Amino acid sequence: MISLRVTKRTFKGGAAVSHEKRTADCETIKMGVPEKVIIPMLQHIGAPCKPLVKKGDYVKVGQLIGQSDKYVSAPIHSSVSGTVTNIISLVSSSGTYMEAVEIKTDGKQEVHESVKPPEYSSDAELLELIKQSGLVGLGGAGFPTHVKLSVPKDKKIDILIVNGAECEPYITSDYREILENSWNIVSGINILMDLLKVEKVLIGIEDNKPEAIKILSSIEATNDDKIDVVKLKTRYPQGAEKMLIYSMTGRKVPPGKLPMDVGVIVMNVSSVAFIAEYVKTGMPLIKKRVTVDGPAVNKPANVEVLIGTPLVDVFNFCGGLKDNVSKIIMGGPMMGVAQSSLNDPVLKNTNALLAFDAESAKLPPESACIRCGKCAEACPMNLLPLFLNQNALRENIEGLKKFHVMDCIECGSCSYVCPAKRRLVQSIRLGKALLRKSNS
Amino acid sequence: MENSLILSSSPHITGGNTTKRIMIDVVIALIPAIISGVYFYGLRILAVVITSVISCVLCEYISQKIMKRNITISDFSAVVTGVLLALNMPPAIPLWIVVIGGFLAIVLIKQLFGGIGQNFMNPALGARAILMISWAQHMTNWTNPANPDAISGATPLEALKKGAEVVEVIRPDYLELFLGYPVGSIGEASILALLIGGIYLLYRKVISPAIPVSFIGTVAILTFIFGGDRLFTGDFLYHILAGGLVLGAFFMATDYSTSPVTTKGRIIMGIGCGIITTIIRLYSNYPEGVSFAILLMNLLTPMIDRFTVPVSFGGETKNA
Repeated sequence: MISLRVTKRTFKGGAAVSHEKRTADCETIKMGVPEKVIIPMLQHIGAPCKPLVKKGDYVKVGQLIGQSDKYVSAPIHSSVSGTVTNIISLVSSSGTYMEAVEIKTDGKQEVHESVKPPEYSSDAELLELIKQSGLVGLGGAGFPTHVKLSVPKDKKIDILIVNGAECEPYITSDYREILENSWNIVSGINILMDLLKVEKVLIGIEDNKPEAIKILSSIEATNDDKIDVVKLKTRYPQGAEKMLIYSMTGRKVPPGKLPMDVGVIVMNVSSVAFIAEYVKTGMPLIKKRVTVDGPAVNKPANVEVLIGTPLVDVFNFCGGLKDNVSKIIMGGPMMGVAQSSLNDPVLKNTNALLAFDAESAKLPPESACIRCGKCAEACPMNLLPLFLNQNALRENIEGLKKFHVMDCIECGSCSYVCPAKRRLVQSIRLGKALLRKSNS
Repeated sequence: MENSLILSSSPHITGGNTTKRIMIDVVIALIPAIISGVYFYGLRILAVVITSVISCVLCEYISQKIMKRNITISDFSAVVTGVLLALNMPPAIPLWIVVIGGFLAIVLIKQLFGGIGQNFMNPALGARAILMISWAQHMTNWTNPANPDAISGATPLEALKKGAEVVEVIRPDYLELFLGYPVGSIGEASILALLIGGIYLLYRKVISPAIPVSFIGTVAILTFIFGGDRLFTGDFLYHILAGGLVLGAFFMATDYSTSPVTTKGRIIMGIGCGIITTIIRLYSNYPEGVSFAILLMNLLTPMIDRFTVPVSFGGETKNA
């Protein structure tokens, strides 16, 4: 049986954010095929893909429609069967333009011939398969998984951490994954143990999700003696990579280094489960469980959505939006991205869609810093956000460097706890951009 | 609706703590000290506190109006300054001096240097220092207004200092000092009352224990070593309980604007305050040194902050 371990160790700082996990008991419901989908060519960190289809082409479910020859990239597949109506230009969340394939669906959901249970006989082949599956980190970051799993020869990995912390308010999609799909998580872990040659797997879950901990720790499976479920203290940002690694292993990832530099690889639970599913069926990443919630949503739910579905369709599926909706957030309220349009599509790494009404979207006005130091206490990276804020607003590059601006993980704990409601992390992002500009 | 969607950088939510909430907590924490003042010195103390608060709030309002700044009196920080200023006055202080004190604290020390968070020294203590130099007689008149005919005694620390020369000065015992001994500044009377407020502030996480513990601890250690006739014979308990140490360590030295932001910096501040307090108490002509110690360390705060920038998480292993 997978054993349960409780760890008292936790990272320093953080914030006691409200949980708002209202959808925890909402079983995933499958949403139908929308009238059209918009599939962006950039849904990951790395190089954008080039569309492989043109206007008028007929595409099927699982068909490769976008690819890049760059290493750090992930291929894009069609989530529907239908006709390509246009290749459009779309503004990405980072503000740059990207191409997107617009497909009018025919509702038949015909599966493409290329989709069949894959076979592999070596690690290299498995890695190539994972690349072809289009998998990116589903926790939110969207880093191409095959790149993360390609460990250089000189690095030794001894621990695989499976991240089920889900520390952001509202989001319960990973929690539902554990409850509904625990078997896939365990078989995904076994596939990864083989690939990475690790002897220890730690599944991290915050202690506010006892059901998930119970389910996973009662599973009997191959290698279950090498797998531990670790009960973590509920504290934001427990699921942040560096914090999670520290809480679970006591290892600290130095600034500018990767988890693999301390012998660890961190994978999100849903990503791990997807790998198991893909190896079974060969169906690439075309759908995603999304938590739909927020004060302006009529019927909060966990919904399985086809990638590329316009947000408006997802919200309509959940009983529609209230009239006073003021903000749409993709992701959690602490690190998610506000969306400019309800026509924007669901992406591979979308784990939540939140709609805030006028009242909840309104942030109190900023007032002067009173130097209380609460931001410094809250910063899990041990930074001094108040001074970063000062230097960012003064555009003082030297000051930004002195206070280690680039080490900020942008978790937003500082802004959350600030009694003067200063936009600390927001200004720090600005500071990072200033520093990058001055370096180039 | 499309065009009315708010676009802003995350986080999209914020916690419930506010500047106002913090300041109100400090005022709540000072209520026991005000009550002890009234208990020992009579209702006149209320007049001193109210005068001081009104003076501070009005000065804040008028100066912000003149300087065309946002009016921030609703954040309660001027109220805190007002109460602290009052608690640092002798009980028989003429009210007009209190009004001037409020002006000095808020206009000269706080607003002229940029308002909340920007002042370089504790407003109440800065004002007290100026008043001390300007009206020394009023500021060291320890008559008890509740009992004006009695000959005013020496403060506990004066008693300690004079003890060697004058035989008849009264030295209160520890319990008296702890529960309340009515000679000294209004807020110094009862250590018990101050501790109740201090513990409330710690419980509410308005202040961290770093400064109070390191400040009081340093004074205790140094007065034990150097405070007696021989080394290691000092009456450190008397030094903790007498004078403004507890008031200063919990309520004055912890002032956000004028103390360092990191725990390390705060400990340095506390130790610095403790050293200076002890030097003044033991080796200068003044019986008490808490306020000057805090003011001096206030001036060093920007420097302490500069030299205590923490290493980022994981940074200590960077070159390992």
